[in-house]
Amino acid sequence: MKTDDLISALQADSAVRDMQLANVWKAAFAAAVLAAALVFFAMLSPRADIAAALTTMRFPFKFVVTIALVVSAAPLLFLLARPGQRWTASTLLVVPVIIALGVGMELFTLPADALKSAWIGKTAMFCMVLIPLIGLAPLAIFLAALRYAAPTRPVLSGAVAGLLAGGIAATFYAAHCTDDSPLFVATWYTLGVLGLAAIGALVGKFVLRW
Amino acid sequence: MEPDTEAMLAGLLRASLAGDEKAYAEFLHRAAALVRGFVRRKGGMDTEDVVQETLLAIHLKRHTWRQESPVLPWLFAIARYKLIDAWRRRGRRIDVDIDDFREVIAAPEPQEALNERDLGRVLDALPAGQRSVVSSISVDGNSISETAEKLGMNETAVRVALHRGLKALASKFGRGGA
Repeated sequence: MKTDDLISALQADSAVRDMQLANVWKAAFAAAVLAAALVFFAMLSPRADIAAALTTMRFPFKFVVTIALVVSAAPLLFLLARPGQRWTASTLLVVPVIIALGVGMELFTLPADALKSAWIGKTAMFCMVLIPLIGLAPLAIFLAALRYAAPTRPVLSGAVAGLLAGGIAATFYAAHCTDDSPLFVATWYTLGVLGLAAIGALVGKFVLRW
Repeated sequence: MEPDTEAMLAGLLRASLAGDEKAYAEFLHRAAALVRGFVRRKGGMDTEDVVQETLLAIHLKRHTWRQESPVLPWLFAIARYKLIDAWRRRGRRIDVDIDDFREVIAAPEPQEALNERDLGRVLDALPAGQRSVVSSISVDGNSISETAEKLGMNETAVRVALHRGLKALASKFGRGGA
């Protein structure tokens, strides 16, 4: 086939209108939050003492971390989805910086003999399993949206989709979880979220080629 | 590259997305020439192969261009992706720096499509219905309505078969062809 012939075919097909990518992302984000909420409320519930917990420092801090992850991962994912956009992953660094500040406060305020139990917590295993579990459907939704887009870095885009799904999942999970130490969040939340990022990277390598 | 290439191409693509088919053909011809120059400059093997793959990708992913963003970085990012992919399929690697695009000179299509490894090869792998519609419109140069009449289909069915056929071409090409 000559290139001119191909262009004739493409021209004849040009009336097909595709959905704007910005609208696809809005729909995907709403669907991802809804999917995470469904899984969360089907399996778990907010902790019983949530009103009291909100008056502490450590419980709201968990949401600062998880929402910072959502807010920094989402714009990066949107940039990676379009060819030729300038992107930088440096905005993601805000999350470890916030965690480090929290950990510093915790190390400063907590007596040395209480640190280990705050770090290990009571629900570490749950946390590492439930965050990926809540985040799986959101991750699938973001990968589907990426397939509609055109990411030129499939593995990286899949990983960032995993981080965003992890941020959403962790935000829900944090409302259930009774381990509030920044040391706990820094370790077990991070592992759960990175698990999702790893799944996203691996799946992205295969499904995000176009 | 001429400094006003960007403005002209962006204008053409914007008009295309608003429904101007002539502008779209013009855009694709100019895009093809730029991509061809770029692939040749990279010591291109099967240049026309990569050009056609890139055009298909541009077409199927044109909703990923933000109309307020420059069009050339978008276009060359797609060409770069397709070029790297073509090399990878041959078990080789190529480094394409984004700055390689700056001195690209548009190149005309060769008079004869010399290589065998182009879309014509994967066209044969399409289901019969899609293949007859795609080749009627591309190789034979018929319009949608002429194709509908020739094949005894209605125009909507022709449009659907064309769109599906082009998508299938793109994905078959990516898997190394027929």
